[in-house]
Amino acid sequence: MSAPVPVSLLVNGEPIEALVLPRLNLADFLRESLKLTGTHVGCEHGVCGACTVRIDGEIVRSCLMLAVQAEGASVETIEGLSDSGEIADLQAAFRERNALQCGYCTPGMLITAQDLLKHLPVPDRQAIREHLSGNYCRCTGYQAIVDAVEATAKMRGERPA
Amino acid sequence: MKAAAFAYARATSVVNALELLAAHGDKAKILSGGQSLMPAMNLRLISPDILVDIGGLAELRGITVSAGVLIVGALTRHVDLLKSPEIALHAPLLRNAVTHVAHPAIRNRGTIGGSLAHADPASELPACVVALDAMIVVRGSSGERRIGATEFFKGIYETALSPDELLVAIEMPVAGKSSTFFFQEYARRHGDYAVVGLAARAVVAAGRFTDLRLGFFAVGDRPLLAAAAGRLINASVTSALLSEAATALADELDPQEDQQATAAMRRHLATVLLRRCVAALLARPELEAGVTK
Ligand SMILES: Cc1cc2nc3c(=O)[nH]c(=O)nc-3n(C[C@H](O)[C@H](O)[C@H](O)COP(=O)(O)OP(=O)(O)OC[C@H]3O[C@@H](n4cnc5c(N)ncnc54)[C@H](O)[C@@H]3O)c2cc1C
Ligand code: FES
Ligand code: FES
Repeated sequence: MSAPVPVSLLVNGEPIEALVLPRLNLADFLRESLKLTGTHVGCEHGVCGACTVRIDGEIVRSCLMLAVQAEGASVETIEGLSDSGEIADLQAAFRERNALQCGYCTPGMLITAQDLLKHLPVPDRQAIREHLSGNYCRCTGYQAIVDAVEATAKMRGERPA
Repeated sequence: MKAAAFAYARATSVVNALELLAAHGDKAKILSGGQSLMPAMNLRLISPDILVDIGGLAELRGITVSAGVLIVGALTRHVDLLKSPEIALHAPLLRNAVTHVAHPAIRNRGTIGGSLAHADPASELPACVVALDAMIVVRGSSGERRIGATEFFKGIYETALSPDELLVAIEMPVAGKSSTFFFQEYARRHGDYAVVGLAARAVVAAGRFTDLRLGFFAVGDRPLLAAAAGRLINASVTSALLSEAATALADELDPQEDQQATAAMRRHLATVLLRRCVAALLARPELEAGVTK
């Protein structure tokens, strides 16, 4: 009975129909079946945050969700957030401040940081650290990441609405 | 790693979920938020034959207040507890606790029912429901039963649930105006499982505790309702009495040693939390400072 199950979902706004094995997690579905390799896979048990995506507007770990659980959901990946321009300023701030080195954590960091800025437009450094606490970066030492998120929040605050 | 193969069934109702559990027995696992089950399956710590996904059952999600009882559906997510005005008003302890549970992306999927059924002794919410004297509402093929929170937790990842039962809701008395709460934990990093933590509910009148429930976590194989609290109820709390209670607490605990802390360190941290808690709830900061250790 562990036969493939049909799912239909939206990925970055595009309708997708697929047959998936129940054991296939959403991260692997995005990467292997849809070739959206911006969603990274680190630990596969929820602790590193590299696989973070948005489901119906809220961030989740795609390694802890089965593809079949995404039935009827709207999934947004780093490719979607990049292409729409939603996080162009945040990406620029990451570049300017060297908030990435190898880049492995970066898609997850960007999605998580954008989630914070959506919910709390003017976070202090403590709030930034808390929100990013579930995302590992093994390169930067985090300071530059916190700087980039803080700078983006400031710039967005100064920009006329 | 990745999970071994399994079959998947999306439950269409609570009754349907119970039928699936009855048919598959302990070969089945319920899938709620998946935030504990999926890591365990990906690490191949467990390999159920079939997952019964109850995630879509709207009847199990939500927070209501009726006749002085706060009812929280099993599928209510951590993020819902954080945002709910009813929780902020009637069970602020849960709100305070849930800010310490994991990280935002995990709180968006993890559920209170899953957390209680999982029964990790270092988890925040099990200790909260013990401190709040909650009833755990459970449904099986033979009907519904209510289990007091202190009876529900049986050991590490062990509860009073049988494999064919579903945790459906948590019921708590609404916080009266006289109730006050305390929540603190030691953790290596914000969002990590606690090294030691304390969730407490008290009623204070004229500078004394008329009630005090201390729910410690990460101090043994299950959340502990500390008997040492009894020494502080209906008594004039002095530094000496608090020291006595702290000694009684340390004796009562049977903490594990692991890579995070030794048993002795856990005992010590638990007594520090006790002192802070009592000082905060009685609004007497000198009680925290006045005890040497
Ligand atoms: C990186 C990381 C950090 C975390 N940190 C913390 C933390 O600091 N504190 C903390 O408390 N938790 C933490 N968690 C766990 C998280 O809170 C989980 O959400 C929670 O433990 C389980 O809820 P769930 O809905 O995801 O349950 P699931 O993972 O779906 O299920 C967990 C278990 O309970 C059973 N179950 C689920 N629902 C029911 C039900 N209604 N009736 C009967 N059985 C049921 C399942 O079969 C399974 O055995 C963390 C998780 C991760 C991945
Ligand atoms: S790969 Fe999902 S959290 Fe690490
Ligand atoms: S840039 Fe290498 S892990 Fe963050």
